Amino acid sequence: MSTSERVLLANIERPESHALSTYEGAGGYRTWRRVLAEQSPQEIQDLVKASGLRGRGGAGFPTGLKWSFLATDRPGPIYFCLNADESEPGTFNNRILMELDPHQVLEGLFLSCFATRASIAYIYLRYEYPLAYVRLQAALDACYAAGYLGRHILGSEYSLEVYLHRGAGAYICGEETGLIESLEGKRAWPRIKPPFPAVEGAFRRPTVVNNVETVACVRHICERGSEWFRSQGVPPDPSNPRDPGSFGPKLYCLSGHVARPGCYEAPLGLRVDELIDELGGGVWQGRRAKAAIPGGISMGLLRSDEFSCRLDFADPLKYGCLGLGTAAVVVLDETVSMVDFLHNSCQFFAHESCGQCTPCREGTAWSLRLLERICAGRGRLKDLELLLEIGDTMGILPGTTICGLADGAAWPIKNAIRKFRGEFEDYLRRTNPEGYRAEQPVWALLSESEA
Amino acid sequence: MGSVWVDGHEVEIRDGERLNGIQAAARVGIDIPHYCWHPGLSVVASCRMCLVETGRRNPATGEVTMLGKLVPACQTPAADGTVFVTNSVAVVEARARVEEGLLLRHPVDCPICDKAGECRLQDYFYQHGQPERRADIQPFTSRRRALGDTVTLFVDRCVMCSRCVRFCREVTQTSELMVINRGAHEEIEVFPGFPLSNPLSGNVVDLCPVGALGDRDFLYNQRVWFMRSHEHVCAGCATGCSIFVDENQDRIYRLRPRENPYVNQWWMCDAGRYGWKHAFDPQRLIEPRMRRGEGLASIEWEEAIRQLDAALRQVERLTVILSPFLTVEESYLLATYARQVQPHATLVLGPVPEQGEDQSFAGGFVIAAEKCPNRRGVAAVIAALADRDLNWDAWLAEQPGRGNWDAVWWAGGYPRPWQDSRALQALAQAKLVIVQDLFASPLTERADWQLPATAFAERAGSYVNRDDRLQSFAWAIRPPRGVLSEGQLYWRLLGREGMYQARAVLAEVASQIVFFSAAHEPVPAEGVDLRIKQLS
Repeated sequence: MSTSERVLLANIERPESHALSTYEGAGGYRTWRRVLAEQSPQEIQDLVKASGLRGRGGAGFPTGLKWSFLATDRPGPIYFCLNADESEPGTFNNRILMELDPHQVLEGLFLSCFATRASIAYIYLRYEYPLAYVRLQAALDACYAAGYLGRHILGSEYSLEVYLHRGAGAYICGEETGLIESLEGKRAWPRIKPPFPAVEGAFRRPTVVNNVETVACVRHICERGSEWFRSQGVPPDPSNPRDPGSFGPKLYCLSGHVARPGCYEAPLGLRVDELIDELGGGVWQGRRAKAAIPGGISMGLLRSDEFSCRLDFADPLKYGCLGLGTAAVVVLDETVSMVDFLHNSCQFFAHESCGQCTPCREGTAWSLRLLERICAGRGRLKDLELLLEIGDTMGILPGTTICGLADGAAWPIKNAIRKFRGEFEDYLRRTNPEGYRAEQPVWALLSESEA
Repeated sequence: MGSVWVDGHEVEIRDGERLNGIQAAARVGIDIPHYCWHPGLSVVASCRMCLVETGRRNPATGEVTMLGKLVPACQTPAADGTVFVTNSVAVVEARARVEEGLLLRHPVDCPICDKAGECRLQDYFYQHGQPERRADIQPFTSRRRALGDTVTLFVDRCVMCSRCVRFCREVTQTSELMVINRGAHEEIEVFPGFPLSNPLSGNVVDLCPVGALGDRDFLYNQRVWFMRSHEHVCAGCATGCSIFVDENQDRIYRLRPRENPYVNQWWMCDAGRYGWKHAFDPQRLIEPRMRRGEGLASIEWEEAIRQLDAALRQVERLTVILSPFLTVEESYLLATYARQVQPHATLVLGPVPEQGEDQSFAGGFVIAAEKCPNRRGVAAVIAALADRDLNWDAWLAEQPGRGNWDAVWWAGGYPRPWQDSRALQALAQAKLVIVQDLFASPLTERADWQLPATAFAERAGSYVNRDDRLQSFAWAIRPPRGVLSEGQLYWRLLGREGMYQARAVLAEVASQIVFFSAAHEPVPAEGVDLRIKQLS
């Protein structure tokens, strides 16, 4: 693996790393001053486009391209939403950035707003991050006081207001348009597209929604240039014309059954086994790994013999996973029951489905009921086929839902059963020897609330 | 001008026409099942029942490129060159799965559900459902709660299409209804202390594609397959909503709006919806009576018609008061008859009840302040046949001391007893008073002749609404035994042969009176705009 310098995490070990003075002492807001004085929004947009930066929130959409979709012919302001509703299980890279280096995030946010000509920005912060809330608000106050934010910033023509908005604890608010609806004070039901947020977003105005880590990257691209950014990561796959490549540094969240869990910075394209063994110190307690989640639970599963998978935007797809996601790797050791894993996953998605589209609302609830019954020792072989059918038919990829939550719910089901089929069948045979091949309907299982 | 293809059928789209896949398919008779989409509400594309495959046809080569995944037809514009496939294996399977999902927690209590028989969940299950139930979830609960005075929610039957929520937000803009909880625990609810209470609340029951919302007035009164639906027109106000009268054995059970883009779109107001009760009021007049000494005595219709005709031919000055509840045909026949017995008979437009001000809703639906269906039509008949235009107030103003008439025929049909002392005073001076109305009132007490009238659903004929749109309808129920309809009575008085036929009379009216000249037979279901001919 490459041993590049730390960029995104460069400051976090300094004492009082969240303070403005510490950040300024390490060269903070110098880029913001320079860009305001010397550069135009279009130049920054072109720079980001040239860098090949792709969104760090999960989908990996090219950031510069997203910005270029903004409708400029509309009256009224352009809004910028910073998606800090980091709720994907296993993911905490945004949290580290916001708690330990909030000014890096804010400088990236200011630069991104400048580039998109946004005049108002909202930080949509996950409710469960109280420290990040306090530190971001303190950082914003310090920026207003220092003149980095507000009207006619640093004597320039540009004005920007930033509001810190706290969510109420729903996973769906991390979805771009769910976030916008929630920000508007509505139920976070993702919107149908078109119109896309770049044309009609928050309060029916053109809106950009970007992830915290994405804007942090923008800050470094503005400082070091696009060539520096493109020098890290994985170039486009020549055999795939639709792959724009995966460039730049990335924060990897490593958790689960590893010796040294934590947030590690490395260029995109780090292999899973490199991350676990070299950065994370290997599987804990001397055990062997059974599987790993490549990028948050919704991306699916990698078997331990698939750990050569590179963590970039293209490689996980080749292993049957949904994508890179948030690059949050959760290691499962050999003692973990995949049935329990899937039960847990189904519980999460049944709880978090917003309930708008029928296939997701009913599919997540039904898969949970099936798993509950399997775990209660009344599973049948054909339940696995049913689960796979539910998994294969919900989501935006088959076209049956509005947003990607259902895909995220489907992938753990599909990967767990397809990659660990034998374990599921053994479990069914062991727990329900009489009925595991039964074709007859079974009595329904009462959930606790109904019993 | 453009073309889209639905299952190989070409559908022509006119310039400026904005259709979605469901509407384009309907043009060639292909029904794409859907729950959440409604032409009068915003598109949410959430039920996913209308999933289809789509693609584009290259205009040069005719080659079709498919998108490769399912899309909701409601959200997909039928733009030139769009191809829809609604019968592929993928579409059929997707529909079956959505239907299966919706039935997972549905109680399937059809035997006690009011919607059974007209329920989309039922219909689509037969048309698109899985052959057998694979789910092991048995719904146990049958929770219900009132959302307001008009509507009850059956929580477990709901499929979360959110039509009712959108209606209250987008049309009435009162926003009483909302969705609470998340995922499979979602429910429709009102905020505590703010029940569903708006002038159009009953429409959410029509909008509900399943049995989740029950009309408290209709609940458990009748199975829908026992009822016959008759196209009719609401007589509640001058808007003249197109409606269905749903009846069984001459007993009305409910009124429903009938889609009419020119009048009421898809809606009707609660006042109109529940405003049919007077037709079954036991206090209604149900037989003709004539004065004999101090009191009024029953008389057979044959005898009544003969004697009435004879009496009227002896009076010198006759005034006929035509209420705005009469149809065009009825008022025309009565006016014609009056002119026949007395060539200079005075024709007066009866009192026009008004209440409040016009109430407009988003999308153009209006509840009119004028609480009668046919002021425009009756006034036009009077204008054409009378020597001079007279309305009720002008006629009353002329009365004191003049007494230049000696017979008055009050052709009422008001849905409430008529209480007006001025009317009574004016009529008291006449030698011969004929009162035809639905209910007994001081006027009927004073009358020398008391004739029963028919209620709106018992009439056949045409109304002209506030925008000069004429809508025709046939009777939906028969009047109570003993009541001869106005049209039949006037027809007989005129000495015409056979039965009263509203359609034939309308043709006569159209040929005689310019105002009605656009009302050619057959009048289409959405009515005809009389202003077209007036302008030309």
